[in-house]
Amino acid sequence: MAADTVEAVAGLGQERLRPATGAGRGRTPGRIGFYVVLVILSLVFILPLLWMLVTSFKQTQDATSQPLGWIPNPFTTESYTPLASTTSQTPVVLWFLNSLAAATINTVLIVVTASLAAYALARMDFPGKKLLFGLIVGTIFIPSFVLLIPNFLIVSDLGWLDSIWAIAIPSAGGAFGVFFLRQIFLSLPREIEEAAWLDGANQFQIFYRIVLPLVRPGLATLAVLSFLTNWNELIWPVYVLFSPSKFTLPAGLPILQGAYNTNYPIIMAGAVVASVPVIILFVLAQRHVIASVARSGLKG
Amino acid sequence: MATAARPAAVGRAGDGSVVPRNRPVRRTGRATPYLFLAPFLVLFIGFVLLPAVYGIWVSLHDYDYLLPGKPWVGLQNYTELFDSAGRDAVNFWHAMRATGIFTVLSVPLLLVLPLGLALLLNRAFPGRTFFRAVFFTPYVLGVAVVGVLFRFILEPTIGVVNYYLGLLHLPQPAWTTSTPWVWVTLVGMTVWWTVGFNAIIYLAGLQDISPDLYEAAEVDGANKWQQFRYVTLPGLRPVMLFVLTVTILASANMFGQAYITTQGAPSNETRTAIMYIAQTGLREFRQGAAAAMGYILAAALILISLANFRLFRTEEGES
Repeated sequence: MAADTVEAVAGLGQERLRPATGAGRGRTPGRIGFYVVLVILSLVFILPLLWMLVTSFKQTQDATSQPLGWIPNPFTTESYTPLASTTSQTPVVLWFLNSLAAATINTVLIVVTASLAAYALARMDFPGKKLLFGLIVGTIFIPSFVLLIPNFLIVSDLGWLDSIWAIAIPSAGGAFGVFFLRQIFLSLPREIEEAAWLDGANQFQIFYRIVLPLVRPGLATLAVLSFLTNWNELIWPVYVLFSPSKFTLPAGLPILQGAYNTNYPIIMAGAVVASVPVIILFVLAQRHVIASVARSGLKG
Repeated sequence: MATAARPAAVGRAGDGSVVPRNRPVRRTGRATPYLFLAPFLVLFIGFVLLPAVYGIWVSLHDYDYLLPGKPWVGLQNYTELFDSAGRDAVNFWHAMRATGIFTVLSVPLLLVLPLGLALLLNRAFPGRTFFRAVFFTPYVLGVAVVGVLFRFILEPTIGVVNYYLGLLHLPQPAWTTSTPWVWVTLVGMTVWWTVGFNAIIYLAGLQDISPDLYEAAEVDGANKWQQFRYVTLPGLRPVMLFVLTVTILASANMFGQAYITTQGAPSNETRTAIMYIAQTGLREFRQGAAAAMGYILAAALILISLANFRLFRTEEGES
C-alpha cells in the first residue's frame, strides 16, 4: 500500500496510457493490419533469440548442414555438458559463477552506497553540498573510455588485476545510482520523516526504517539495472582478466567462439547461459526497467 | 553522531517551534551527512575523479606500467598522433575513421526507426505492454551475446540468413569479412540491439505532449501529417536531442560488435577507435599513447555534442 503510493509519487511503474488517436480503436480491418505489423516486427526481435536457443539443442551436424530447421533433430542437451567442466580451457560454469558473484557484489555495493549518499544529498544540509553534487553530476558526462586506461593502472596498483574485485568494485563509483535515488528521495513527502523525528528516531533510523522501505521499488529498479549492466559488461573484463578460470561470461564468450570454431551448438549454449539470467530478471522487472529508461529522456 | 544530535533537535521541536518547509528535515550532527556520503565518495573519488585526472598525467608520459622508467614526454603523445610519421598516427586515424563511418551510418537510423516504433506503440491497445517489452528485449542482452549470435546467424556458408537468401536465389554476401557488408552487419545488429531502448525514450516524450495541442490542431483543420509535423516533432525536440546525444556517445564507444562479430575485418577496416585504444594501452602496454588517444576521441565527441546543441537551438529560434 505504502509502496504503491510512493511508486506513484516517484513516477515508477506509472503507466500513463493515454488513448491517443489511432488504429487501436479503429475499424476491424485496420486493427488486424495493425496487429499484423506488430507481430512481424516482434518476429524480427524474437527469431534470432529463438534461433540461438534452438541451435543450442541441436547436434553440430544438424546445426550446420542444410536444410536448416527450426526444430532440433534429434533434440539433445549434449552441448551443455562440456560447459559444466571446471577444468577445461573454457569453464563456462565458472564464468557463470564469476559473473553472478561480481554482479551481485557490485549491485549490493551500488544500492547501499548510492542510497546513503543520495539521502544525504536530498535531505541534509552541509557545507560543500552544491559543489559535491555538481561534481557528481558533471562526471555523468565523462565517456567511459577516458577512464579505461587510468582505471586499469589503479586496479593494477590495488593488486586486483585478474580477480573478481576488478569487476565487482570500480564501477560502483559511477554517479548514476546517486542521481537516480536522489530524484526519488526528493519526491517523497517530508511529513513521514518529520513525524518519525518527533517520535525520537535518529537520522540513520529514519533512513533505514522509514525511508528505505518507502522507496523499495526504486531500490529494486536500481538493483536490476546495476545487475544487468555489470553482468553484460564486455570491454573491461576482457582486458583486466587473464586466466580462463577468472573470466566472466562476456569475457569468455569470444574465447568459447574461438575454441569451438564451427561447433555452433556449444557456442550458442554458452550464449544461452549468458542470456537466461538477464531475460528472467527483465521479465520480472520489465515494468520498472522500462519506466526508468523512459524517464531518463524527459530529464535530458 | 546522529544519536548525539537527536536530543537537542527534539528539544527544539518540543519547544513548539514550527519546522520550516523546504528545509532539510532536521539539524543533525555535523558529521552525519559526511558519514552517509563517505562509502560512495571513496568509490567515486577512487574510480571516477582520480582516474579522470590521472589519465591526463599518464598521457604526458611514455608510460608502460610494467617498466620502472616512465619518462615525461610532455605533449608528444598528442603531437605524434597528428604527425603522419608518428608510431600510431596512421592506425589511430584509420580506427577513428571506422568509428566515424559507423556513427554516420547508425545514428540516423537510430534516430528515425525508434520514432516509428514509438508512434506505433503510442496508443492504447490490448497487448501494448507485451509488445513494448518484446521490442526492448534485445537491449537487456549483453553485446557479447549479441556479437556471437550475429556472427553465427551471418556466417557465410552455414548461417541462417544466407541459407534463406540462397533459397530465394539472392546473392549471399560475406557479411562479416567483406566491405561494404561488414558495415551493414555492424549497423544492422546495433539497430536490432538498441532500437527498443531509444523507442522507449521517444514513447515517454510522446506521452509528455499535451493532448490539448492535438485537439487544437484538429480544430484548426490540421491533418494527421500536419499534426505530426507541427505538434509532435516540435514537442519531441528536447527528447530528440537527448536521444541524439546518447546515441552518438554509444556509437563512439562502439567496441563489442566489431571485436566479436567482424573482429576488425577485413584487414582492420572495422577496427574501431576504442578497439585500437584498448589494444595499445592494455595489450601493448603503451598507456601514455592510449590515454592521449582517449582524450582526443573525447574532444571530438565534445565538439560534435556542442554542434548538436547549437543546431537544435538555432532550429528552435527559426521555427
